[in-house]
Amino acid sequence: MRDNLLRMAKMRFPILLVVNGEEHELEIDPRRTLLQTLREELELGGTHLGCDSGDCGACTVLLDGEPAPSCLVLAADCDGRAIVTVEGLLQNGEPHAVQKALVAQGGIQCGYCTPGIVVSSVALLRANPNPNEAEVREAIAGNLCRCTGYQKIVEAVLAAAK
Amino acid sequence: MSDATKPPNGSGSQSPGIIGKRVPKLDALDKATGRAQYGHDVTLPGMLVGKILYANVPHARIVSVDIARAQKLRGVRAVITGANNPGRKFGYGTDNTPLKGDKVRCRRDEVAAVAAVDEDTANEALELIRVEYDELPAVFDPRAALVEGAPKIHHDKPSNLFTRYDYSHGDAERAFDSADVVVEGDFDLPYVTHSAMETAFCLAAFDLQGHLTVWSTTQIPFLLQRDLSEALGIPGREIRVIQPTIGGSFGRGLDVYPFEPITVQLAQATGKPVRISFSRTEEFFASAHRQPAIVRMRSAARHDGTLWAREARLVLDAGAYISWGAVTPLVMMETVASLYRVPHAKFVADVVYTNNLPTGAMRGYGNPQSTFFTEVQMDELAEKLGMDPVEFRLKNANQPNEETPQGLKITSCGLRECITEAAQRIGWESRAATDERRFETDEPHVRRGVGIACTLNVGGGARIYRSDGCGATVKVDDFGRVTLVTGSTEIGQGSETALAQIVAEAMGVRLEDVTVINSDTSVKPWDVGVHASRTTFIAGNAAWRAAQDAKRQILAHAAQMLNVSADALEIGDRIVRVKDDGRQVAFDKVVRALHYREGGTFVIGTGWYDPPTQLVDKDTYKGNISAAFGFGAQAVEVLVDMETGKVRVLRLVAAHDVGRAINPMYCEGQIEGGVQMGVGYALTEELLVRDGQILNPTFLDYRVPTALDMPEIETVLIETADPEGPFGAKGVGEMGGTPTAAAIANAIFDATGVRLRRLPMTGERVLAAIIKGESNAASQTEP
Repeated sequence: MRDNLLRMAKMRFPILLVVNGEEHELEIDPRRTLLQTLREELELGGTHLGCDSGDCGACTVLLDGEPAPSCLVLAADCDGRAIVTVEGLLQNGEPHAVQKALVAQGGIQCGYCTPGIVVSSVALLRANPNPNEAEVREAIAGNLCRCTGYQKIVEAVLAAAK
Repeated sequence: MSDATKPPNGSGSQSPGIIGKRVPKLDALDKATGRAQYGHDVTLPGMLVGKILYANVPHARIVSVDIARAQKLRGVRAVITGANNPGRKFGYGTDNTPLKGDKVRCRRDEVAAVAAVDEDTANEALELIRVEYDELPAVFDPRAALVEGAPKIHHDKPSNLFTRYDYSHGDAERAFDSADVVVEGDFDLPYVTHSAMETAFCLAAFDLQGHLTVWSTTQIPFLLQRDLSEALGIPGREIRVIQPTIGGSFGRGLDVYPFEPITVQLAQATGKPVRISFSRTEEFFASAHRQPAIVRMRSAARHDGTLWAREARLVLDAGAYISWGAVTPLVMMETVASLYRVPHAKFVADVVYTNNLPTGAMRGYGNPQSTFFTEVQMDELAEKLGMDPVEFRLKNANQPNEETPQGLKITSCGLRECITEAAQRIGWESRAATDERRFETDEPHVRRGVGIACTLNVGGGARIYRSDGCGATVKVDDFGRVTLVTGSTEIGQGSETALAQIVAEAMGVRLEDVTVINSDTSVKPWDVGVHASRTTFIAGNAAWRAAQDAKRQILAHAAQMLNVSADALEIGDRIVRVKDDGRQVAFDKVVRALHYREGGTFVIGTGWYDPPTQLVDKDTYKGNISAAFGFGAQAVEVLVDMETGKVRVLRLVAAHDVGRAINPMYCEGQIEGGVQMGVGYALTEELLVRDGQILNPTFLDYRVPTALDMPEIETVLIETADPEGPFGAKGVGEMGGTPTAAAIANAIFDATGVRLRRLPMTGERVLAAIIKGESNAASQTEP
């Protein structure tokens, strides 16, 4: 087992990652997670490491349009798939409505969970443009926040939907 | 004329400017778009990854540490131990060292550390280190640790009792004899932990002159300089601390931890920058958690509803090393002795060494613990008196401009308004028909209840060090940009925005023209640190003074330029104008004119504020520790499932006296975030510790409330315009989470008739109490 892992550590796999609409040809260590690859190889620091076990949601990205914890996904499994990170939600330099609403409504304090909250909320609004409060809470239930009590986050996402 | 040394407190007139405006945090857009740079984002060329080997035995002599194999692993740059890298003692109890050389006292003890080219290599190196221990008997119950013959944690200390706090006023012993109603109970409070979303972090780098720069998630940058100096023997003047954006802290960063000097030792050993970032698992076992408390409490009242006496006896488990958390009894006794008018009070707390993990400071600093048992007993007293709990609290509430027997000088005080608002908004009136309301739910086995609890907090700093001061400078450049350099620290709470608002208001400049620098000890003036809800009040007063100083300099020169007296001028909309005739000169032009002239100068204002407070007396613990006090009342409505014990908080009203809301949006944010910690403390959060080991070090098993667990929170800001606070503001950072658990416990009683005295009130415990209550129907209280 250990020898296998050590052998894998020396192997490199060519993959094509499509991140925020840009193609990246990479030679990666197959043990690397998508989160590590985004942060270390592509220098996209907005996706945050919170727990490394899929429990906190700080590393949430859109994988083929669906929110996914990038700490639990191997980069090698993302070959050719479309990935959107928090950085990719700006259009022509203009923040997404969810980002603007979180700023305006005080939904951000320390901000460490914010990118994950943004990504989960954008996924919600794409699937359900007019969610009610319960649906917003459900959509971000996998994103832990320790600063806000979620009150202003929920208000912001509802405001963004309007 | 207003007092030139103090900002207006806002009483009487409402400011037309930026004070009281719901402006977004200055860094909110960066955070929303993923651009903010946190510690984990900082990299330096050649940077190595540091990792620590923890003892994982609770108490043992270190016989040998074999690092030979680890040293030989390719990619390893240094392996250090307490033997080859002895540090000095440091910390609040001067009882800890970076790496342990002879003995380990808890499973978290740091035995060796590795610096390697990457994380995998560092982890592999840790696995190659062999440590031989000679295990010693260990003690995990603080009561057992106090018994004669118990295993001694520190041999150079007289006993496992680190210290005893013994406070009293009035005559508590006899007061209980003369009381009409007495309630008594044992309370059991768990370990809980900060759970900041960003884990702790330290990056250390030396330059070729030997100067050390440390990037850190600390809350106390200047004390970190001192403690690193103490632990490592590096002069403090050689240490610079930089705080990147900090992803929450909640008291975690109030103490210096061993991993910080260890990071520096690894940088010394390798000559390279070294970073140690806690994994989430490390964050769970190596943070200084809120300490568990074993409490025996009694409270008494007279027939007429006068609160008469309180007595609390606590045993606090400090764990293996003493942190600033050992000082939390100072805050606990404040609740017991001064929340409401308390004629007689006694408070005794033993802070005890055990072989458990070290505990420390967490938001509220003892107050969530003491408010829980104090406010549950307020409810019990009201019930025994046959009095409405709201009426009982109103009758005994603190009032403005009174000094408590403890010596707290209460000035502004909105406690009564908080109680009234919270009660009214939760629908307390209709609670009169309680028995019907209990069953007004969709399902017959679900009962409804409401409860209330109050809180008293320091709101004008807290003098726990000899200084409670903060420095500030305000610089104006020749383009009119105003830069506040403040000693204070931003950990996400929004202080930098409140301070910018204070400066903008004081100078008459636009908020967008103000920059705040608060992250580098080589630039910023001294400050004690971010704790005790002190930043808006203390750093705000300092910033206001610095802004006034800079404004005076600008107006003095503009007066020369316009040939009027400075009194005749005002600043607004990037212009200095004569109030009467409208003649004007551009704000930035005044600054340029000062630069470009013979004998010129530049504009920089300075301000220092250290509040008019006292260290408490070392024997009696009396004294006015804070320049203002914050108050609050929270009322909740809960549903309790009588078949499963599951409690659901439906609604929560949080009414808090904040003095004046500089930025209402973030005052609310502080309170709402506090409420979330309070709901977790009440219902779900508990670090399960057995034999000094944490059994649930993941977010899957340690339940921080999610968006689905949180009720709708209605926050009410009560503004009492404090006479000493900047524009009337008082501290608000901690009190949001303080009364929550008691309010929920009181609501559970309202719904079910059973009293819970152990946190968290999980479904299992609530159900057990219900079953016990039913089988013992004669008594409505849990024995």
